[in-house]
Order: sequence, then C-alpha cells, then structure tokens
Amino acid sequence: MQHFSIWSLLRNSMSYHEGWQKQWRSPEPQREYDVVVVGGGGHGLATAYYLAKEHGLRNIAVIEKGYLGGGNTARNTTIVRSNYLWDESTALYEKSMKLWEGLSQDLNYNVMFSQRGVLNLGHTLQEMRDIERRVNANRLNGVDGEVVTPAQIKEMIPYINLNTRYPVLGASLQRRGGVARHDAVAWGFARAADARGVDLIQNCEVTGIRREGGAVVGVDTVKGFIKAKKVAIVAAGHSSVMASMADIRLPIESKPLQALVSEPLKPIFPCVLMSNAIHAYISQSDKGDLVIGAGVDQYNGYGQRGSYHTIEHTLQAIVEMFPLFSRVRMNRQWGGIVDVSPDACPIIGLTPVKGLYINCGWGTGGFKATPGSGWAMAHTVAQDRPHALNEALSLNRFYNGHLIDEHGAAGVAH
Amino acid sequence: MLQINCPFCGTRAEIEFTCGGEGGIVRPLNAEALSDAEWGDYVFMRKNPKGLQHEQWRHSSGCGRWFNALRHTVSYRFEATWKIGEPVPAEFAAVVNEGAAQ
Repeated sequence: MQHFSIWSLLRNSMSYHEGWQKQWRSPEPQREYDVVVVGGGGHGLATAYYLAKEHGLRNIAVIEKGYLGGGNTARNTTIVRSNYLWDESTALYEKSMKLWEGLSQDLNYNVMFSQRGVLNLGHTLQEMRDIERRVNANRLNGVDGEVVTPAQIKEMIPYINLNTRYPVLGASLQRRGGVARHDAVAWGFARAADARGVDLIQNCEVTGIRREGGAVVGVDTVKGFIKAKKVAIVAAGHSSVMASMADIRLPIESKPLQALVSEPLKPIFPCVLMSNAIHAYISQSDKGDLVIGAGVDQYNGYGQRGSYHTIEHTLQAIVEMFPLFSRVRMNRQWGGIVDVSPDACPIIGLTPVKGLYINCGWGTGGFKATPGSGWAMAHTVAQDRPHALNEALSLNRFYNGHLIDEHGAAGVAH
Repeated sequence: MLQINCPFCGTRAEIEFTCGGEGGIVRPLNAEALSDAEWGDYVFMRKNPKGLQHEQWRHSSGCGRWFNALRHTVSYRFEATWKIGEPVPAEFAAVVNEGAAQ
C-alpha cells in the first residue's frame, strides 16, 4: 500500500499525480477462504479489516453484489454520535466513537471526521424529561452530553425559528458527535483491508449459503461456489433475504429511508440538528450541500425509493424551523433500504447455523457504528463467540425477552 | 405517493392509510403452552420477502377499517386488496396461502 502523507503527495506532484497505485486490487475469487464476509459496505469492509488487523486472519474475502460502499454506506446522512440511552447500546456506539476519533490515522485515509456537535431537539415537556434522562445516562456511561436551552441553541444557529407549532424547549448536545465522509469510510476500510491481504470481490452476488450437518461450508455466487470455514452476513437492506438462504428467520422489516441534498451553499449550518418529534434532521456537508434526512416510510420495501409525502413532511418541518432555507433548491433525493428491528437495536452475533454469523438490524442509524460494528463483528467471527460489547445484541434476545428499547434515542422515525 | 384501493371506499392516496405490516399472522390459541422459541417467532419474526407480500392496511383517515393487501416490495405495486374475512382473490390464493412467495 502506498502510504499517504504530505511527502508522498509532494513526490507524486512531481510526476503530475500519474504515479499513484490503484487503492485496492480486484482479484478473482479463490476456491477457499477462512472467512467470507457477504456485503462490501462500510460494516462488511470494517469487519474484514479488523479480522485481519486484530485477529491476524489472512485468508479473507469480502463478496459484494454491486460495488464497494454502494448501498446504505453511500445513502446515509453521515451522522456520527453515541448518545444512546441504554448501557448495552451506548457501550457499542461509544466504542465506535473512540475508533472514529483515531480512524483517519489508523487507516491512513482521511475520513473527514468532523466533531461539530449533534443537537437533538425537544419539543414537549415529556421530551425534555427524556432528554435530561438520556444525557444523565450518557454521563454515567462516560459519554459526553449536556442539556442546552433555547437561548444556547439560538446562539449556535442564530437564524433558527424556535417558536414553531411545537416550540423548541431545549436540546441535548453531544459535542463529540458530528459527521464523516461516508464514501471515504468505505474506501479507507477497503484500502486498508486490501493492504492486509483481504480479497475484495465486487459484482459477485451470493445466491445461496451451503450447509452440511448444520454447519456452513461455503457460499454459491454468480462466479461459482466459494468454500468457506466461516461466513459473516453483513448485508444491510437484504439481511432477511440472505438469512432465508440459510433458513433463518429474522425479526427484521426492510423499509425505505429517504434523504436529500440541496445545491451547495457557503458555510451556514454549524452542527448536526435532529428532531425526533417533527421528523427532521439536517447538517451541511463539507461540499456545502444541506444534507436532509426524512423519516422512514411506513411500508416494507426493497426499491431504494419511498413516497413523496414522507420527504414533503420533513421539508415542512425544516422550512418552519429555518425559513431562510425555503428557497434553497434541492439537487438530489434518494432512498436506502434500512433493516428495522423491533427494539431499534442491531443484531450482531451467532446464528443457529455453525460458522454463520450475522450483523444486521441497524435500522436508520448504522453509519455511526461502522468501525465499532466491524470491530465487534470481527471478534465474534474470529472467536466464535460474541464480545462483551455485543453479547446482549444477539438474535436470542427476541426469544428470551431481553430487548433493548432504543426507540427514543435511535433515530428519527421509529 | 402510492394509490391504494380501499375495498370499502375505492382508490385513495397513500397518505390516508396506515400500513399494519405483514398480514395473515394468526395469534396462537394455545399461548400458555408455547415455548419461548414459538412465542418469539410469533411476536417478532417476519418473512420480509423481496417480492410479493401479504399485508394488512388500515384506511385510517377514511373509513377506519382494516383490509388485506398483496403488494410487491420492489415495485411497491398493489396487486390486490380485499376485505378481512373474504377469501383471497383466486389468482393470488396460491401466493398468499404459501405465505407470500419469495
């Protein structure tokens, strides 16, 4: 791997930047791997990277139906935070946050992680009580958080209209939260994994999961059968489809989640702002676009698009809070498929099939967890048992009743 | 926005409706005798097919009544809607009774 630094940049500028290597190879699949990761998005690539880095495995493949980072990794609104309510989920998201804080150095790839602060607005007295409770829970768990007043919000965003139909009564603020460049996260993990010998195989759809005597033996793909000692399903958006290939039922419903970006503007929005009550969130990318996320659509759907009234609803809320954005033109709008679990917490762990592992159910908020999810998943696959971080997040919790209800803190529209 | 044919009121815009998720899930009559696995399966596990899905919808801003629907989860197209308790439209009976083909 060519190391990226100011010196390599200078050296390559002498040759008109024509001497850069490709960032990763595009190998043909080998006949057999120790671990096959199904899904080449952020979580899958991170899983492969940490398997190689933390657990010393070398013979790993990531198999991707389309291109790397082309699914939800390319479709999210890039928000990173760890201010969840319950101990089990906070621990994992905070592990992820700590990894984010050193990720650019670790990967030698600028993921443009910007800790500009995340505001979660409260619009009712009950919501403010919940925010106080969540911030206190965060602080007990060593996660930064504070409750801010409407005046403080106004100081951060002077043009905000707080006197909306549901007035803004305050917010939680996690200053370590922020945004990262989503594509760079996938590319950085891909490049670093490739450098450690991981085969990244694109345009290779998995069509079946072969088992013998209750244990996984490999995957059927459009490029033929690939033998594998272990298989990790990290295919957000198609988790149920993948699991059904191994006759496993999941408590997942896949739904469209829409987002949109505006034309680029001069820097105007200083932080990330989210409101669960009126279903809106907004930030500004480094390119200048306002990045706006809508609520999840009500029906199941694999179509990567949703209903128009869903984004209309979000934009009504945005325009009411930020009247000066009313004439900003929207450039693009799209949908991703999110795997919503009943308790708004992910499922990371073993399955009833030996050697088959699953990582799914991130719902509307998987991007922030990319490094932590990959780290925990790698441990689970390498050791054949969950790490303490994801022990409570097993599929089994839907049978023993130990759900972790994160609907309040998880996102916009559960 | 989807156009949905309420079997009571006719075709209306999606904004009048609430999706009630997978249809045809029958509450076990012998709940007290179920194992944890069977109960968890009934309460939480879903087919979530990529293809035709049997669903229940409610015309919440209209007549307020629940009805059955068969909808494709990629095209989002409604193939059929029918009242609760009515037989499944004949051409889709095999799909619905098999539990929504993948």
